[in-house]
Formats: sequence, C-alpha cells, structure tokens
Amino acid sequence: MTADVLFWLFAALVCGGALGVVVTQNIVRMAFWLILSLGSVSALFFLLGADFLGAAQLLIYVGGTVVLLVFGVMLTASGPYMQIKTSAADGLLGACVGGLLFLVLVSSISGMDWSQLHTTNTTPSVIAERPEGNTLRPLGLAFLGLRPDRPVTEGSEVKPAPGYLLPFEIVSVHLLVVLVGAAYLARAKRRANPSNDSLSA
Amino acid sequence: MESVGLNAYLFVGAVLFVCGIVCMAIKRNGIGVLMGVELVLNSANLNFVAFARYTPLGLDGQVIALFVIVLAAAEAAVALAIALNFYNNHLTIDVDRGSELQG
Amino acid sequence: MNGLFAATSISEFLSGLKLPFAGSLSPLWVLLIAALIHAVILINIFAILPLFYIWLERKVAGRIQDRLGPTRVGGKFGWLQTLADGIKLIQKEDLAPGAADRWIFRIAPYLAVIASFAAFIVLPFSDGWVAVSLDVGVFVILALMSLEVLGIIFAGYSSGSKWALFGAMREAAQMVSYEIPMALCALVPLVIAGTLNFGEIGRMQAGLMHNWLIFHDPFTFIAFFTYFVTATASVKRAPFDLAEAESELVAGFHTEYSGLRWSFFFMAEYASMFAVSGIAVLLFLGGWHTGIDLEASMAGFRGWMPDFLVPGFTLGNYLVNLFGAKVFVLKACALVFVQIWVRWTLPRLRIDQVMTTCLKYLVPISCVLFLGAILWPLLLASTLKRTTILENAPPLGRVIVGDAAAVRPLPTGMASSPQQEAAE
Repeated sequence: MTADVLFWLFAALVCGGALGVVVTQNIVRMAFWLILSLGSVSALFFLLGADFLGAAQLLIYVGGTVVLLVFGVMLTASGPYMQIKTSAADGLLGACVGGLLFLVLVSSISGMDWSQLHTTNTTPSVIAERPEGNTLRPLGLAFLGLRPDRPVTEGSEVKPAPGYLLPFEIVSVHLLVVLVGAAYLARAKRRANPSNDSLSA
Repeated sequence: MESVGLNAYLFVGAVLFVCGIVCMAIKRNGIGVLMGVELVLNSANLNFVAFARYTPLGLDGQVIALFVIVLAAAEAAVALAIALNFYNNHLTIDVDRGSELQG
Repeated sequence: MNGLFAATSISEFLSGLKLPFAGSLSPLWVLLIAALIHAVILINIFAILPLFYIWLERKVAGRIQDRLGPTRVGGKFGWLQTLADGIKLIQKEDLAPGAADRWIFRIAPYLAVIASFAAFIVLPFSDGWVAVSLDVGVFVILALMSLEVLGIIFAGYSSGSKWALFGAMREAAQMVSYEIPMALCALVPLVIAGTLNFGEIGRMQAGLMHNWLIFHDPFTFIAFFTYFVTATASVKRAPFDLAEAESELVAGFHTEYSGLRWSFFFMAEYASMFAVSGIAVLLFLGGWHTGIDLEASMAGFRGWMPDFLVPGFTLGNYLVNLFGAKVFVLKACALVFVQIWVRWTLPRLRIDQVMTTCLKYLVPISCVLFLGAILWPLLLASTLKRTTILENAPPLGRVIVGDAAAVRPLPTGMASSPQQEAAE
C-alpha cells in the first residue's frame, strides 16, 4: 500500500523531471529537472530493493555527473542565462517521433507476458529471497568473481557461478584511462595568448 | 503481492527513454544533448533493476546497472572535455555550428 | 516491508501497543505514525542543533578574540541570541535581485537544506535509534551529503552576480575534490569493520577505549585526522571556506540572499557539521559508547521495568539507550567545537592552496592509508598470529561471506577474511 503510493509519487517525479528536461530551454533549469528525475530514479531503486544501486545513483549520478554537467554549462556559457532555442518545427517533429516511439514501447511492453519468465527458469533469485534489499554483500561478492547465490552443477560437484571480476577490472582500468584522457582533453591551452603565437611562429 | 508490478516500472523506463531520445534529437545545446544521454542510460538502468527484482535475472541486473552507472560517469567526463574543446574552437556550444566537416 | 520506511524500533513499539479504545493499530497506521515520529524528532534535531551551534560559534569566537560574545538575550550567557536572530531573519524581506533567475534562485536554498537534512535519516544516535537502518548506511550518508553542493551551485549561478558565481565555482570544485579523500578515509575503518551498517559498526566498538576503531591500528589513527580535515573542508568551514571568503567575494554564493532563505544555507552548513562529526564519531570514536565501559556497569539496569506498556519494551533499556544518545551527541558536539576553534584560529587558505592540499596531499595520503589498512591484518596475522595488537582482544569484523556461504561452503582461501584465517 505505502510502497504503491511511494511508487506512483516517484514515478510521477521521474516522468515529470524527464519531461521538464525536454521542454525547458534554459540549460540550468534543465539541470534542475535532470536532478529531480535522476534522484527519483534512485528512490525507485530503493523501492526495488536495490539499496546499493540507489546510493550509487545518488553519489555518482546526482552528486557527480550532474555537477560535472553544470560545470560544463558554466564554462561554456557565452552570456548570463544563455539559451539556445530549439526551433518550433524541430520541437514538433521531435514530439511526434517521440510520441510514436512511446506508443511502440508501450504496446510492446503491454503485449508481453513477463510471468513466463518466472516459470521457465526456476533458479532462486537473491532479490526475491531478500525483500529487505540488502544486496550489498552479494553484489560485492559478484564483483570479486564469486556467485554463491547461483550454484552451477558441474558433473557431481556444485560450484558457485563465475562472477564479474574481469569486467570489474576492465571497468576500473577504463575509468583510469578516462580520467587521464579527460584531463588531457580539457587541459588549459594557451592558444589565445598572442605572445606565445609569435614565439612559435 | 503489491499491485505495482514489472510493467509499471517498464512504463516509467519507457517515458524516460523517449524523453531522453527526444532531448538528444531536438536540443541544440551540446550539454543538453548530454543530459538526454543520461536520461536514456537511466531508463536502461531502471529496466535492469526492475527485471532484477521481478524476474529470475536476480543480481545480474543490478551488476549490469552498476556497470552502466560507472560507464555513464566516464562518458560524461569525456563528453564534457569534448564540449569544452568544442567551445574553445567555436566559441559556442550550439551543436548545429559544428558543421565544418560537412562535405 | 521495504528498507525505505523501516522505522523499526518505534514501529515495533507501536504495533505492540494496545490502545484502550481501538485495540492494536493496523500495520499501515503503525508505519505512518512511526515515520511521523521519526520525522518530527529529526526535524527538531535539525533545527535545534544549528541554533545551539551558532550560539556556540559566537561565544567561542568571542572568547578566542578576547571578547565576551553574546551576553544579553536570554540571560547571562546570551542563550537565546540565535533565536532572536532567527526571528529577525524571518521578518526580513525575501529579496531576489533583478538579474537573478528567480525560479532557481528561490529553489536553491531548499535543495541545500533537503540534502543536509536527508543525511540525518541514516545517522544512528544510539543503539538502534536510527530512522532507517540500512546495510549500506555509510555509503548512503556520503551520497546524500554530496548533494548539498548542487543547491550551492544553483544559488551561485542563479544570483546573477559575479561574486556569487565565483563562490559557487570554488565551492563545486572544492566539494567534488574533497569527496574523494573523505570517502577513502571513511573506508579505512570500514575495511576493519567489514560492514557499512552504522549500527553494527557502533556495536563493534563497545567496551573500553581500545576497542574504538581509531585505536585499532596506526592507519585508522591517521585516517581519523585526515578524515576530520577533509570533512571540515567538505562542509566548507575555515580554513577551507573559500566559497564565502568575505575578504575576496563579499559573501560568496549567498551574497544575494536575505532573510529566511539565507538562514537555510546556514542551517544546512551547521547541520552538515554535525553530520560529518557524527560520522567521525561512529566510524572512529566508538559511537554511543563511553569508552570507559560504563555500559557494562549499566547492563543490570537494562532489565529495569520490563514490559512497560508493551511486551518486550523495557524502560531500563530505553534509558540506557537514551544515555548512549547523549554520549553520541556530546562527542559530535566536541568535534564541532574543534571545527569552530580551528575556524577562529587559522587563517584562510588561497583557493589554489585548497585544491593543492586536496589533490596533491590528501588524496595520496588517504590512498596510502587505505592500502595500509588492508595490509595491516595480513601483516599481524603473519607475524603475531593474531589480528589485533593486544592479546585476547576479540577480533573485529564479521565473516565476509555471511549467509551466502550457506549455499555451499567455499574454498577457505577465497571465502574467509584474514581474521578468519588467523583464527584458524
């Protein structure tokens, strides 16, 4: 009951925030709507019993990525409250295509009987067993390459399924590369300094 | 069993996805396009977690969603660096002006 | 029910309560009333702490500068000075400058206050006294506290003033950078505790002072001070208060604010000071334990007046927990006092010095501390054959695999923590 009310509240906030992002022309207000939308998505994660993901969403998305975006807005603004307007024709076309895409998605979602998934595969799900949503430990183990929740029968021996150790390592190296690359790309260039130019010329 | 099921979450994800796509398509501000990308990635994440909760996908859905979050952060950092470079070269962030390479 | 509204102890109390006219409450009402009680208590704490801290700040500042500080309002010590200030602020006109983006300008203070308040939801004040007991509590609180920067950026940007914009940019750069060493330093005791649940971390540190995680090994000891420095910076207190550097930026991001909205920023700042101090107390300084094992002598008192009103509720237990909450708040206030003391003693850094301190010194230091905290148990296990320096001390931390091992016993080398290995 309360979970339902909270779901509808946050679902409305998610959708409203997303629509706000599309409709608003002012880029900083767009960032505000984006925060509303992404924050409510994290609330939905909590409702879905994914505590760790909800917190990660708040920390990385809302507290990190959006701050980065707002930074970008400030550094690329050519005047106060810069607005680059979308033309009415573009907006109308976008709305039409978006509406059609939405109809396709809705019809395909409602045309699918998801309950089949429950019957075809009988592997117990960790999440289903733990409605409290304490997925921290299983997630950590999965990243370490251990899946005690998913036993695999190999001959007579029951083994935990392989986890995500390799993707985890790849992602961490990838993050490092991105860190260096982004710092290199965004570094201050002294191109605008005329004395430098004359020196190099 | 509560009345809100998988479909409700998928509908929310669909709204997010469409908004993100439209945002990417119609915004002329480069940062606005990035925000559209974030919305699309979030709709995918929401679907992953909803499937993790309501189907036997289980933990895998959450793991994938975490990877998406991490990669989205990386993507935002690089895209922002590109946007700054774009601004340095064109003195605007309007993506319609980046048409020099047009044939 | 979901962890989102697990107002556990109060809802348990309410569900056991037999009303004289209506019998026991339905679960929905229990949940709502428990949530309401938590909300009211937390909002009161959130509002009263800044009142006290602002008074403390003025008083300490006065004493440090050889003045008296507030003396008139509310008796000899000026107790009610902040309340009088608050009444004055409410009466002030709520101005928005003409150049401002009014809509965002009005909303920004609320964003900052909400983010700061949300941190209190997962902060336990005593054993089990927490609104939401999450298994990822520490992570959630760090995430929530990182959101405060958004309100400040919006405030600075929407003010339409260059001073506010400079302040907001500095603030954003500073807070985003200082989050990294702060989280790394918070990780150091967490590695030893083996859990992110504040309640479990607190219970782990019961008994005498050497059980506190700060005294666990040299790395946690240094990590506490590093954490405290980064926490001071992340709540933008002097010497790191570049966002509102009066000598350079008028008042930084809140230059254009007045009245109640201005005071919201201050409420957020002082409440955040308490929150980061509370985290430090829980992670390093024994949480709600006195450290001289008063709890053991009070253990007999816990059974006093059992089944008070409700079966299972013991008044003695409640009072002991209340004592714990007082200890916790006192410890956190002591840390806040240190922050105030530092503010009025040290001069302000320059912004480039602030960033250098973080990126060139604090981040490497915290990385080394993190690595050291991981290697320390291994070192002890290989040399002393136990995981704590003191003999006979109970090993901290809990089994990594936990209930997941119930599926199938895993190979010991992979599944057990270093502590376990040493025990074997």
